[in-house]
Amino acid sequence: MSSIFRQFYFFLIALFLALPLIVVAGVSINQKQTLAFPPEGFSVSWYGEIFLNPEWRNALLASITLAVLSAALAVAIALPLAWFLWRRVAPWANIFQLLGVAPFTLPPVITALGMLTFWATAGFYGQPWTAVVSHAIFFVTLPLVTLSLGFTSIDRSLVEAAATMGADDRKIFRTVVLPLILPYIVSGYAFAFVLSLNEYIVAYMTVGFTMETLPIKIFNALRYGYTPTMASVTILFVLTAAIIFGLVARFGDLPKLLGAMASEGK
Amino acid sequence: MRREPAQTLGDYTPLLFPAAMLTIFFVVPFGTMIAVSFFQRQQGGFYTPAFVYDNYARFLSAFFGGVLGFSLMLAIAVAVCCVVLALPFTYLLTRMARSVQVLWLVALLSVLSLSEVIIGFAWSTLFSRTAGITNILVALGLMGEAQALTPSFGAVLTGMVYQAFPYTVLVLFPALVRLDPTLTEAARTLGASPLKAFFTVVVPALRNTIVATLIMVFIFALGSYLLPQLLGRPQHWTLSVLITDQAIYQSNMPFAAAMAVFLVLVTLGLVALTVIAGRKGEAA
Amino acid sequence: MSGLALQNVVKEFGTFRAVNDVDLTVPHGTFVCMLGPSGCGKTTLLRMIAGLDLPTSGAIRLDGEDITRVPTHKRDLGMVFQSLALFPHLTVGENIAYPLRIRNAPKEDQQRRVDELLAMIHLQGYADRPVSKLSGGQRQRVAIARALSISPKLFLLDEPLSALDAKLREAMQVELRQLQQKLGITTIVVTHDQREAMTMADTVVVMSGGEIRQAAPPVEIYRRPADSFVADFIGQTNLIEAESDTLGHVRVLGQPVPGLSLLPGAAKATLSIRPEDVRLTAPGAGALSGTVTFIRDLGGTIETFVDVAGRQIVAVSTPRARPEVTVGQRVGVALTPDCCVVLRK
Repeated sequence: MSSIFRQFYFFLIALFLALPLIVVAGVSINQKQTLAFPPEGFSVSWYGEIFLNPEWRNALLASITLAVLSAALAVAIALPLAWFLWRRVAPWANIFQLLGVAPFTLPPVITALGMLTFWATAGFYGQPWTAVVSHAIFFVTLPLVTLSLGFTSIDRSLVEAAATMGADDRKIFRTVVLPLILPYIVSGYAFAFVLSLNEYIVAYMTVGFTMETLPIKIFNALRYGYTPTMASVTILFVLTAAIIFGLVARFGDLPKLLGAMASEGK
Repeated sequence: MRREPAQTLGDYTPLLFPAAMLTIFFVVPFGTMIAVSFFQRQQGGFYTPAFVYDNYARFLSAFFGGVLGFSLMLAIAVAVCCVVLALPFTYLLTRMARSVQVLWLVALLSVLSLSEVIIGFAWSTLFSRTAGITNILVALGLMGEAQALTPSFGAVLTGMVYQAFPYTVLVLFPALVRLDPTLTEAARTLGASPLKAFFTVVVPALRNTIVATLIMVFIFALGSYLLPQLLGRPQHWTLSVLITDQAIYQSNMPFAAAMAVFLVLVTLGLVALTVIAGRKGEAA
Repeated sequence: MSGLALQNVVKEFGTFRAVNDVDLTVPHGTFVCMLGPSGCGKTTLLRMIAGLDLPTSGAIRLDGEDITRVPTHKRDLGMVFQSLALFPHLTVGENIAYPLRIRNAPKEDQQRRVDELLAMIHLQGYADRPVSKLSGGQRQRVAIARALSISPKLFLLDEPLSALDAKLREAMQVELRQLQQKLGITTIVVTHDQREAMTMADTVVVMSGGEIRQAAPPVEIYRRPADSFVADFIGQTNLIEAESDTLGHVRVLGQPVPGLSLLPGAAKATLSIRPEDVRLTAPGAGALSGTVTFIRDLGGTIETFVDVAGRQIVAVSTPRARPEVTVGQRVGVALTPDCCVVLRK
């Protein structure tokens, strides 16, 4: 009986999480350009629209470029920091760990506003690369957390063993540490990439007046009424996120990445 | 290899790039924002450097008192709803087969990564008159006529719970995985029904985790900047929405910055509380 | 019938059969130790008795009543977990009172019972301490007291002493046995430590591969093991093949052993010969001949390893009866019928 209750509870949660997406998926295949559910007719043309309409295509390209570059920069910032904190005793350097976690912990509006005032003051406001730097700082938390987790899972005696065999710090990093940490680099990158792809407020406050990423484009479109392309882009985003996180789970240990270190039992 | 102190200046080189990036592009912007919060607003343009308290003084109105009160109340409501929904869910999830867990985690991460724009759009569609949930109820014969459920407070709350629920589960997940499963088994052998075991063992044993999670979800909900705007009426706007509005549409950067500084102070106070709660948890 | 009875109990996890058709009767008031290597199904069996796992098929009866599908919390048992599972958010006293609180016992009764139990486990005055402040042995006692606080029908313990160091463990074994005899409570302990089982149990149940290999009093298990697994698992032994010719004369490694007979109709069998029953003699008539390969002097006992036709035989003796041999020396191994146990398989 309690098992039936549990299944019902899980079903309700699943319904709650999926329902908005189901409705959006439904309206995305509407034949006409009206917001209607259940869908009237069937058409995948609104998915084609993302790639064919130059405005949506440019926004898509801008979003992907931004996500690729900013996630890479975030990893480039997080990796040496996490490595240093693992390798050295330097209590004061923990301040940088704190700084790395802060942008993501604070309400996003604050980071966004900080960036806006900073770029405006510095005179670079509206230039595309400022969005890359802003996103990298905003999302540096994600690779930093996965990499810190990854380093703590490396057995230090492996490094000692390499040292007894004549490897110096640099060689140890390249031959032992890097291969072991690689899965964490990949998943940290994946987390930052997906979130950057979806991010609105920081992108909007830094480059919103000069260019459009997909979330900005959706929001702008939303203010002027409904177009079905919004629905198809939403579904595209959900699928992209699900595929990327699915791949991370397929090739990595997702529960462990999410902090479940003690995986005793099941 | 033991962790060792840096011997030479050269040992600090790996720190150089991250430290510079975080300082220039986080600490300095943060400082800039604080500075701007004391600047004088200029009509039409941006602002001029000055040192005035006007921007902070504007808080002391009934209107902003109301906004702050509503923001805090809404964030508390979201945090409580999320924890109440997510705690039994996460507890049961950690007791399931690994493959099921992974499936749910992928789904939760996917929802968590959705931008507020998309969540707002999806829920406004679901709550709309033409394509919304009421159409389903009409089709099932439970309702006479489809109607719009937005804008309303319920819509704002639902949207924000939707946004924060995956976050809540992911915050609770590590603590619940580490919870010794024999504790509930022991309670059951000692005569507690599963429900009683949950309330007499799981909940009290996780008291500090629950408090910390409530605070973290509260902060998360405070940051919601679009949903109240997309799903609610102007009286449902929160501090985050007002900051966005002032910064972008009213072009009043100093005032937006002052509100942001205020929001940071509220948040930092709560983070400090979380840390203290966490410390106590470790000590127990 | 008063006591616990398992009837054809089977437990499958997917395609893996963890417990295979187990029958066992535990009369009221007996102390049973389930002994076996890890993965033998003993813990699964205990969890099914507790109701934490459901059998795939079969029945579990307590005092004649079928409890197979009764939920754990309605079975009135006491269980001590390997991890102890003391509730970290409760004090010592609150932990012990938990089963009473759950049953809504009056506050005074709870208090009185806690005091009684604390006296029983020699921890008077500890009621208000947090469990995290206790030593390993004290935590152990609290877990036992908590399990006994409602005077359960069944007292179950899953590797209860494994977290303690060797000295403390031995002392606790004696204490646990004395406590059980005083209370007369039906007790089942799962352990992989044979000394523990021999010390405490009325009946030792040896399990392997999900099946019961033998259930008997400790001395019988040691003296008359049912099969080669039991003989080998309990204590040290020499397992040697014996052959019988058509006339019934038995030979061991080619050497006739007069007076020994195998099971009726069997031409071959395995013998179990305890090392302390092996006598080393001068090489020659009436004994197997072999070469000493290694001598292990443990102070209290001396183990002599002898190679006989490629088979290794171990003899154990006390320092007083130390055999006068050196490595490489040829010796005789004397076998008498009364020291050979003929195994079923």
